[in-house]
Order: sequence, then structure tokens, then C-alpha cells
Amino acid sequence: MGNVFVICEIEEGKIADVSLELLTKGRSLANDLKCKLEAVVLGHQIKGIEKQVFPFGVDVLHVGEHKELEVYRTLPFTSIIVELFKQEKPDICLLGASTLGRDLGPRVSSALQSGLTADCTSLEIGDHTDKKAGKDYKDLLYQIRPAFGGNIVATIINPDCRPQMATVREGVMKMEVFSEAHKGKIKTIDVEKILKPEDLLVKVLERHMEKSKVNIKNSSIIIAGGYGMGSKEGFDQLYQLAEVLSAEVGASRAAVDAGFADHERQIGQTGVTVRPKLYIACGISGQIQHTAGMEESSMIIAINNDSNAPINKIADYVINGDVNDIVPKLIKLYKKNTK
Amino acid sequence: MGLKIIVLAKQVPDTRNVGKDAMKADGTVNRAALSAIFNPEDLNALEQALRLKDRYKGSEVTILTMGPGRAADIIREGLYRGADKGYLLTDRAFAGSDTLATSYAISCAIKKIKSFDIIVAGRQAIDGDTAQVGPQVAEKLNLPQITYAEHVNFAENGKISVLRRLERGVETVEAPLPCVITVNASAPDCRPRNAKNLMKYKHAKTVTETQDQSEDYIDLTTDRPYLQIEEWSVNDIETDAKWLGLTGSPTKVKKIENVVFQAKESKRISNNEDELEELIVELIENHTIG
Ligand SMILES: Cc1cc2nc3c(=O)[nH]c(=O)nc-3n(C[C@H](O)[C@H](O)[C@H](O)COP(=O)(O)OP(=O)(O)OC[C@H]3O[C@@H](n4cnc5c(N)ncnc54)[C@H](O)[C@@H]3O)c2cc1C
Ligand SMILES: Nc1ncnc2c1ncn2[C@@H]1O[C@H](COP(=O)(O)O)[C@@H](O)[C@H]1O
Repeated sequence: MGNVFVICEIEEGKIADVSLELLTKGRSLANDLKCKLEAVVLGHQIKGIEKQVFPFGVDVLHVGEHKELEVYRTLPFTSIIVELFKQEKPDICLLGASTLGRDLGPRVSSALQSGLTADCTSLEIGDHTDKKAGKDYKDLLYQIRPAFGGNIVATIINPDCRPQMATVREGVMKMEVFSEAHKGKIKTIDVEKILKPEDLLVKVLERHMEKSKVNIKNSSIIIAGGYGMGSKEGFDQLYQLAEVLSAEVGASRAAVDAGFADHERQIGQTGVTVRPKLYIACGISGQIQHTAGMEESSMIIAINNDSNAPINKIADYVINGDVNDIVPKLIKLYKKNTK
Repeated sequence: MGLKIIVLAKQVPDTRNVGKDAMKADGTVNRAALSAIFNPEDLNALEQALRLKDRYKGSEVTILTMGPGRAADIIREGLYRGADKGYLLTDRAFAGSDTLATSYAISCAIKKIKSFDIIVAGRQAIDGDTAQVGPQVAEKLNLPQITYAEHVNFAENGKISVLRRLERGVETVEAPLPCVITVNASAPDCRPRNAKNLMKYKHAKTVTETQDQSEDYIDLTTDRPYLQIEEWSVNDIETDAKWLGLTGSPTKVKKIENVVFQAKESKRISNNEDELEELIVELIENHTIG
């Protein structure tokens, strides 16, 4: 049986968070399957990159280093991964559900005729019986994901094709160092030998990347606002509350769509998944696509003027009333009691 | 010089409007209550194709859709907005296709259409949110792909230049034609229906749809061949049955669970200062805040 592979992304010389999260998940899957965890890193000037991945429990790191791999491009990356997978025959391959992973994943799966499940929210190992064919499968990857606009949760399997491929969004899996002392083996990919001239026909002429300014994912307290905040100005009181509590401000999609907050603050199925210590939902109704991204918060406080808002069902504390009235009170009362 | 552009468009259930009436009493979705719509990002894709047609005289925009018979609505909608023709790929043999089997069938249909410069798809379909079919079609046709397209700078002299919108920025790429691009929702919205086109194509129908019509209608399509929406079954395109439908789909659905809101024991606090203060003090004391 093959091993568990994680395709890692690099951002300015650093392995992306989503890849480290997948390595953590990959390590635990490899433990369940009693196989190795292998990682792939492609790029240019990436000497020493192994120091970033080995602590996450990587047994074998495949490194492809070449000038043509400096910025991600579909065709060269696909050729290399496909070639590597033909040799290594992985059992499982995980990628970030990032713009890179969702560009590369389908291409690779199509070339290898293997199944790919996008945007998984949970990955587990389990068995399967195909009653019709009378076949038993052991140790498949259960790829669990919301579908149908988040209204159903489906468990997808690839019984016969390998690798079993899945993408996962940033922030969905936990990131955990396996052991600082862990050391794996490095294998070098002969990039020159694999790349063909046709792989290099697409050119990246210009790139403008910005560092993400907000970091809601790593914040232990999140004040999230919804459409009920009424306006961009309405959000100002949330920033004030966030400031006194050393929190970050998040938003629902309806609030983002209405222009009350930037897209990078969106929480939920099509935004980031967060699991802070405290989540205060202000003027958010709590549609399933939103709660999918925050329901694992340790404590949830809902502030809503509708006593039947769905968010109340998952909240630990429900404050019934107008946000414009309650949020300033919370600021005042917090200041009073921490003096 | 005109471009031949194929737009991949899908009819999807309107999962974004799962309103109160679309939820059953047990908290699960009532799928029958969802209407079938033109996949939103496929409209962004269509707009990009129409802009290329406006810019390069003599261009032709063809809609290709795979789905049940009623997906012909998608083609009519495309014609009303400015597309020139459409193909409906429909057969029981395609039922149960995952993205790989879908992209295989679509790529076989494209091989039959044969002559094209650009294939434009939406980034993703809202029924599955997978964003896989575009790149998989590109791979099957051995073409370069440009995903997350927001703006086409130009498509001439055998090259296309596209601005891509990535999660942390933008990128301009240039690719040789023919190629596949997938278009983001951040690209411009699609233009509305055009009244003249609406008149012209109101009676456009597939063969199956015309069969239910009167003799007069059939005469009408003989006079005006543009009213005939091409309909292809598995026999009209060259395929290998082992890559089609359920058999050709490596991914299988093992289990489906409806999401049901689960009520948790929650503490109700009313909007008066004493109760709010009690909560704040409690949170400070148990180190949740402060
Ligand atoms: C495929 C798909 C993906 C999606 N992804 C996401 C996602 O990632 N994240 C996301 O958030 N949504 C997502 N959505 C949208 C989601 O379905 C909801 O439409 C959205 O979350 C609603 O946002 P809201 O709660 O802010 O707005 P609304 O539903 O309009 O709720 C506003 C709430 O504010 C309350 N309110 C109004 N005024 C006040 C006041 N003065 N004081 C107190 N309360 C007040 C109202 O009672 C109401 O409960 C997605 C939808 C689909 C179909
Ligand atoms: N059945 C289909 N018919 C035509 N185009 C499709 C079909 N399925 C997917 N597509 C195209 O592929 C894109 C991505 O779909 P998906 O991979 O399902 O998210 C869509 O936006 C469409 O442009």
C-alpha cells in the first residue's frame, strides 16, 4: 500500500499554514494506516525548507527545485506531480483548497483518472462494503464535506482509484507540531528531466500579492457582525469592542456582500473556519453556511433582536435585543469591571 | 479575425436561496422547493465570452451544457443574452457522473465540435462547489488552463492574456490559444436579455422538445434552422463507456446526512445592565475575556 502525501505550498519562503495543517492531519492518517507521511515541495531557492516540515512528522520530503518553479504554474507543477505519483503510487494525496490546490488538484486527478473531493471538512479512515459487487474495502479515506449549499453533509469515498485525493480549506484542520526533533529523509526530484517545453508555454507576466492584514483565524476572541449591523458605520462599534477585548472582527457573508466588511473577514463555508475561545455573533441570523465556520467555538454569545434566530440554538448565551444598544453597554461594563 | 468560443454552462438547483419555505419541519432541505437556475458563475463566464465577441468581429459564442432535457433552458437563456448557438448533451448514460466523468463527456462533445479557440467555464457550480470540471476538461483536451479569471486583456495573434484573482492578490498570465479559462464571480455580471434576441429565439427548441409540438412548429424550424437547439446523446459523440456515468466516476457517495439544526441548552439574558454585567463578570472570572 502507498503512503499519505501532502502537496505543500510556499509563500515567500514559508510553508503555508494550510499545508502545515494538512501535514498534521496527514500524520494522524498515516498513523491510523501504519504507513509513512510524505510531503512534496516545489519551488526555487528553497534550501533548508525541510526544517519547516520535518517537525510535523514528515518521513520523506520530495523536493523539486528549479528556476521555472519559482511561481506556481499549472502545467509544470502538474507534470512533476503526475510523474512523481506514477512512481510513488500514493494511497492518499491532500492539498489545500486554495487557489493553487484547486487549480492543480483537478488537473492531477484528471491525468491519473483518480477521484478528488473538494473542500473536505473532515477526513477519517474507515471501511466500506459494496453490497452490489460483493466487495469489501478496508481502510478507505472518508472524505466528508458539505454539499448542496451546505445543507447536506456527504461522505465520499474512492474505492478503486488511487490516490484518494482531497482538498481542505485553510483553518479547517488543526495545526500541531509532531516533534521538534523529528527528522525525515529528503528525496530530490529531477525536475529538468520531467519538464517538457510545452509545460512552459503559459507565462506569468505580473503578480501583486498582499500579505493578509487580518488574522481572524488565530484570534482567541472573535466579534462577528452580520447584516443586522445595518451599515459599515454600524461595524465601528464592533471594532471598538474588539479593541477593548483584544479581539478580531469577523463577518457573515451577507455583511460582506453588503460592503460592511472586507471579504477576508468572512467566516463560514465560503470564508474561513474559526474555533476561538469566545465568539460573539452580533446581528447574525446563523444560517448553516455561517455556522459551519464557527460552531466549534468554545463559547458562543449571540446578540440578536429576534428571539427565534437560528444562531440562538447553538449559542451558550443569548442576549435578546438591539445590537446598537447592547454593544456599547458591553464596552462600558467591561471597562468598569476591569479597572 | 473572429474567435470561436465555447461556454460551459450548467443548470443547478438554487442552493443560495434555501429560504424558510425550503426547509422542512424536521430542519432538512426540501429540494423540490428549489428552482433550477443558470449557475451564477457561468453567467460571468458567458459575459466574458460575449465581450470577446463584441471586441473581435465575426466571433461566435456556443453554449455547451450537459444535463437533463430541461437544461435546454440554459441554452435559451444564453441565446437571449447574445450567444449564437447551443448544444445540449443529454443521456441516461451520463447520469451519476462525478466531476471526472462529467469532464470526460464534455471533452468528448468538445472534440466533436472540433473547431474552437477558447473554452470558457465558470469557476464552480453552486450545487457542489467543486471547481473541478474546468481544469479537468482542460487536462482531457491537453490544453493550458487559466483559472480564477477576472478580466481578459486580449485574445489575439494566437495568445490570450488574462487577469487572475487569487486569494491574496492578482496575477496577469499569458497563454497560447486554444485554452480553457474559468471565470470568477468577481468578474463583471452578465448583461441582461436582449429584447431582439428574446423575440428571435423564443421558440428555439431541442428535437425532443419539438416532438411535443404541432406540425406548424416543425415547419417553423425548417424555415429557421437557428431555432433548432442541437441535442446530442451518447451515440452522437465518441466515448468509451467505461469512463461515463457511475462507472466512470471514481468518487462514490457513501453516505448523505441532512444537516439538522441541533438545539443546545442556552442561557437567555435580557437587555438590562444588571444581567449584562453579571455575564461580563462571569466571563472575566473564568478567564474567557480579560
Ligand atoms: C454556497 C453558500 C455559501 C455560503 N457561505 C457563507 C459563508 O461562508 N459565510 C456566511 O456567513 N454566509 C454564507 N452564506 C450565506 C448564508 O446562507 C446567509 O445568507 C448569511 O450567513 C446571512 O448573513 P446574516 O446572518 O448576517 O444576515 P441575515 O440572515 O439577514 O440576518 C441578520 C440578523 O440580524 C438580526 N438583526 C437585525 N437588526 C438587528 C439589530 N438592530 N440588533 C440585533 N439583531 C439584529 C436579524 O434578526 C437577523 O437574525 C453562504 C450561502 C451559500 C448558498
Ligand atoms: N453538466 C455541465 N454542463 C456544462 N458545464 C458544466 C457542467 N458541470 C460543470 N460545468 C462547468 O464547469 C464549471 C465548474 O463546475 P464544478 O466543477 O461542478 O464546480 C461550471 O461552472 C461550468 O462552467
